[in-house]
Amino acid sequence: MTQILMPALSPTMEEGNLAKWYVKAGDKIEPGKVIAEIETDKATMEVEAVDEGVITEILVPEGAQGVKVNTPIAVLRGDDAGASLTQRQAKPDLPRAPSEKARPSPAIAAPVADPETPAGTRMVKITVRDALRDAMAEEMRRDPDVFLMGEEVAEYQGAYKVSRELLQEFGPKRVVDTPITEHGFAGLGVGAAMAGLKPIVEFMTWNFAMQAIDQIINSAAKTLYMSGGQIKSSIVFRGPNGAASRVAAQHSQDFSSWYSHVPGLIVIAPYDAADAKGLLKAAIRNPNPVVFLEHEMLYGTEFEIPDVPDWIVPIGKAKIRRVGADVTITAHSRMVGLALKAAEQLASEGVDAEIVDLRTLRPLDTGAIIESVKKTNRLVTVEEGWGQSGVGAEIAACVTSEAFDYLDAPPARVHQVDAPLAYAANLEALALPSVEKIVEAVRGVTYR
Amino acid sequence: MAERVTRANGAAHASKDQLLGYYRDMLLIRRFEERAGQLYGMGLIGGFCHLYIGQEAVVVGMQAALRAGDQVITAYRDHGHMLACGMDPNEIMAELTGRSGGCSKGKGGSMHMFSIEKAFYGGHGIVGAQVSLGTGLAFANRYRGDGKVCVTYFGDGAANQGQVYESFNMASLWKLPVVYIVENNQYAMGTSIQRSSSETHLYKRGVSFNIPGEEVDGMDVLAVREAGLRAAERARTGKGPVLLEMKTYRYRGHSMSDPAKYRTKEEVEEMKTRHDPIEHVKKLLIDAGHATEESLKDIDREVRAMVTASAEFAQASPEPDPRELLTDVYL
Repeated sequence: MTQILMPALSPTMEEGNLAKWYVKAGDKIEPGKVIAEIETDKATMEVEAVDEGVITEILVPEGAQGVKVNTPIAVLRGDDAGASLTQRQAKPDLPRAPSEKARPSPAIAAPVADPETPAGTRMVKITVRDALRDAMAEEMRRDPDVFLMGEEVAEYQGAYKVSRELLQEFGPKRVVDTPITEHGFAGLGVGAAMAGLKPIVEFMTWNFAMQAIDQIINSAAKTLYMSGGQIKSSIVFRGPNGAASRVAAQHSQDFSSWYSHVPGLIVIAPYDAADAKGLLKAAIRNPNPVVFLEHEMLYGTEFEIPDVPDWIVPIGKAKIRRVGADVTITAHSRMVGLALKAAEQLASEGVDAEIVDLRTLRPLDTGAIIESVKKTNRLVTVEEGWGQSGVGAEIAACVTSEAFDYLDAPPARVHQVDAPLAYAANLEALALPSVEKIVEAVRGVTYR
Repeated sequence: MAERVTRANGAAHASKDQLLGYYRDMLLIRRFEERAGQLYGMGLIGGFCHLYIGQEAVVVGMQAALRAGDQVITAYRDHGHMLACGMDPNEIMAELTGRSGGCSKGKGGSMHMFSIEKAFYGGHGIVGAQVSLGTGLAFANRYRGDGKVCVTYFGDGAANQGQVYESFNMASLWKLPVVYIVENNQYAMGTSIQRSSSETHLYKRGVSFNIPGEEVDGMDVLAVREAGLRAAERARTGKGPVLLEMKTYRYRGHSMSDPAKYRTKEEVEEMKTRHDPIEHVKKLLIDAGHATEESLKDIDREVRAMVTASAEFAQASPEPDPRELLTDVYL
């Protein structure tokens, strides 16, 4: 007997809904036969049999929600002794980057009142993906000059389903599928912005935007200055940034420090759904070019978000995610989640960490960082990208020059190791920042 | 769509006033550029400075084919385009000298000037980038349905940049109101078109995107205007882009620092003496009895006075206030 397991049909899939069974107990199957249909928040996919045999039992009924990958979903009796392989090889139990997918937002030891949220505001749960979608939809309803363009944003409903149902509401004039032509459509978007429209240009990932970086920097970021203030580019470039899971070096780069280097650009990298929505709405309304760095691993994560009609989060303001007295940890995007988990562990060791979620990388809220370090006297920076000339390097330089006398230890940086990101699961995990690495860095600066 | 390749015949009719206008506009560009070259030699203009001398019929002819509000965008050899769009010679020259009276307040220089009022969108320093941007301006025109056409210029050098073809594809796919003008002056900096391009007939470069192309005598302002009118009409009526290859020639080097040793003196002399675009219009005017050598001198004097005034303005205008260093980075 062989168990058929819930398959992972994408690099980041961790669970799915068993939408439909095409077979029942007693049915004979052979390799290639479609046996079931699985839904995730991104897509619907068919599962084909790999082995030959007879289904003896359905373990997970049709319609089951949130079935974890590798859960046994059916039992297969092989017709011959050789057909004993499982439907899909279970993923080896190797260390993996922790995921926050479809989990409620982490408990925060010392919750901080969000200055943007009025007291008594009702909170609702929403994924980062839907928060981004709602931000675009609301701004498109508000301003007819706002439109979305990119690969697969319309008919396909978004490669990561961030633009789901926007085509249905706004039509093909304002939700524009482009050819696979990043350099071309980025430049086209900037030209449309120069003419006064407000494009949202989606890159399927920021890795592909390297083909278009000339237009982002030389055309979008610099033209206001070069024209003596005449030509503005109110444009948002957005898409997933950084490492997803097991997609190797060319698809796993964090561009935070690249873009935050450039005057003329605003660079935003939100962590939770409230910031994703509030900052994207602010970005779309901003008259400057904005680089909006999302994280694929957070798209499916649910967070609480204030249930208010026009939720806007100010650009350029960091957020204290956890108040602490012993060490300041700066982080942005997915790293905020790791930092919060590290803080929980550190709390059990008697170290009280303050987490500064940078949220906007340019303009960087150096005031909030300095203020925190003056209180804690210790600094650990966390970023997913490489260390050299990185966000952490910038923060460390800023803190040492402006709060040197307050430091009780040299700042420490947690970042990706100095190599392209590996495919192998163990090497990938070794390369990226982790809760353990953050805890270790904090132990270093607190001399424990 | 069948490939449509025609050669404008240049026999188009033009009125006396039109011809006099073209003569004046081309002469203004020529004299302006000569003076810019002189100021560069005196150290008053810095950096790169790409002169348009020899190519004047292209922009003047195209401008005659446009309507008010139609946009123009080009690369870094842009002084002629700005003058043809009606921008103030004083502001252009003061930008060249890097002064506060320049149209970019001295922050852009020769390659980066703009005028929303005159629908001139630059002035771009990265070869080929303006082609995607111009396609985006045309996208905005279609989005708004305002009936405007964007004329997007690039050189024979840019014709080998990938984003030009990414833009062609989208412009044709979405029937954007854009007219692509490739100003083929036959040298991409110092590399002749024969040494850089597997297909040297650049008007054919749109064929695989279903963009019709025409080769045009870019030294003949009337041939340019005629082809431009047809192309703009096609773009304006939702039929999509057109590619016009303007066969032209620059008399000067690529930039001020280029001694142009990659071509012979004879080749340059041949173009100057037998194909000069300004002499061509002058001959049309005199042959038709619209003007005499003597009467044209009035225009020459008027143009010289404007150029002299621009040079004086550009030298008298103060350098930008140091406080301008950090303005215009963000809105």
